[in-house]
Amino acid sequence: MSISAARAARASGRVPARSRRRSWTRRARRAGLNLLGLLVALITLFPIFWMVSTAFKPATEWYSLTPHPLPSHPTLANFRAVIDGSVIGLPYWNFLKNSLFVTLVSVLASSLIALLAAIAVARFRFRLRTTYLIMLLVVQMLPQQVLVIALFIDYRSWNLLDSLVGLILAYTAFALPVTIWMLRNFVAAVPRELEEAAALDGAGPLQVFWRILLPLVAPGLVATSVFAFIFAYNEFIFALTFLGTDTAKFTLPIYVQYFYGRNGADWGAIMAASTLFTIPVMVFFLLVQRRRLAAGLLAGAVKG
Amino acid sequence: MGPYLLLIPSLALIGALIIWPAVQIGTLSFQNYGLAQLAGTEPAQWTGFSNYSQILHDPEFWLSLRLSVVSAAIMVPLTLLVGTLVGLLLARLGRRMATFVSSVAVLAWATPAVSASVIWVWLATPDGGVVDWLLSKLPHWLGGGPQWAGFSWTNAALPAYTLIILLVVWTGFPLIAVSVLAGLRTIPAELPESARVDGANGWQIFWGVTYPLLRPIFQVLFLLSVIWDFGVFTQVYIIIGELGQRDEYNLGIYVYATAFQLPPAYGLASAAAFIFMIILLVITVGYVRAAVKEGALT
Repeated sequence: MSISAARAARASGRVPARSRRRSWTRRARRAGLNLLGLLVALITLFPIFWMVSTAFKPATEWYSLTPHPLPSHPTLANFRAVIDGSVIGLPYWNFLKNSLFVTLVSVLASSLIALLAAIAVARFRFRLRTTYLIMLLVVQMLPQQVLVIALFIDYRSWNLLDSLVGLILAYTAFALPVTIWMLRNFVAAVPRELEEAAALDGAGPLQVFWRILLPLVAPGLVATSVFAFIFAYNEFIFALTFLGTDTAKFTLPIYVQYFYGRNGADWGAIMAASTLFTIPVMVFFLLVQRRRLAAGLLAGAVKG
Repeated sequence: MGPYLLLIPSLALIGALIIWPAVQIGTLSFQNYGLAQLAGTEPAQWTGFSNYSQILHDPEFWLSLRLSVVSAAIMVPLTLLVGTLVGLLLARLGRRMATFVSSVAVLAWATPAVSASVIWVWLATPDGGVVDWLLSKLPHWLGGGPQWAGFSWTNAALPAYTLIILLVVWTGFPLIAVSVLAGLRTIPAELPESARVDGANGWQIFWGVTYPLLRPIFQVLFLLSVIWDFGVFTQVYIIIGELGQRDEYNLGIYVYATAFQLPPAYGLASAAAFIFMIILLVITVGYVRAAVKEGALT
């Protein structure tokens, strides 16, 4: 049977006698695939489910020799211990505040700076343009655990250790190569004719930027902000090295790790802290999840 | 003048906080830079290649390099394999089921490295962990048995890296799956269909039709995976229990511990760091060439 014949048969909705058995095997195949999909989803979800479930279990349950999937006497005691700060001495809000401050400021700064650079790269042809682009690609690959040695020495002489401002500067700089790389495609996709037409109608460069370019690049800015947000909110090495022993300045990743290091056995509380750290970023991710975003993140090469 | 003005802020930040430190790593690697030099009580002295010769004669350096290479050699193919299989599965599922499975996968991807590591330590903890419980309940012919009760996954390099590899695959496969799915959607349905009509089976269709068309995507995913998996830090740092067990260091942890564990040896660590950076840059050249070939610089 040729392709067109198969198509025609399918389009007309006629079911040839021969394919009645085939439709049964197709249904079995579909059920098998769905079962496989469900299995993949369950295995993937299990660690996250176990974290949340443990967070609601009293110690007698998570410490029991036969683990149960769901807490039989759910409790909020673990969350209360984390939020009251009975372990570290500072409430969870303190660390959430640090994390949000560092994350939001670096997202704003990197988006703005990246937009300027993306306009330069997408709208102008100049000497060293290719050099600049290759520099961005290479710089992305320099591992943080290597650069942190020199940055630690620099930060010490610049008085940026134990400082959230120091973290903001580092997060902005390290988000830039990827955000510029992502944004330039969005800027390049805005038809130049639109800007030229507006300019002909007497709009100044600033007006063209506000009225034409910015609204059209907005989806790109959303994608790059998501990347910069995830990067700054999750970042571990710099926070670990630069924040040292000043617990009050800790961001959430360092707080969770410190909490785990200090309470190696209190898994209920550790999982509660980890849940409070993780759930916001997951909700955020599910809200903005679009196919374009995944493709954009891929193009920009997320750091792991 | 216009474009250069727009580039100044990004160049200033990237220059000061990424490129300049990279250059400093190069110069530090030829100096005896330690605590006294950091405090400024003694000047740094140029010591030629002595840092490099000390690193290259350190058996722990070679051990950590081997752990990085071997674990990346397992993580990368495994992540690509699992991700591709899930991507192919997603393409065959109905729309509702596909959305459900890919949303769950995105959750695994979105889990911060610190949380993911702490969760996996908890799953595999010797007292009360669900992994040991499950393994001890498995029948003998599946490798289970009471010897698993109380088994410690973090006390030796082999079980610790088994755990790390599983963790990295768990967080890494969703990106591969979603990218493969996005790639599959760009392939016109006629191509695999006509191959099937010509009598090709699934395996032949994948290698004869799908893979060649998606090769650019696979190339980028492969190179990125190599770069990420070779440099895994956070997961290893947490699972091996900070910097305690020297025989479980990978290259990144070795560099970090040399620099920051007492007594700090920034110069010595920079020599190891420079070697690390060169290895990654060689891989990056492949990445840049693949990007240029795809016309990414135009």
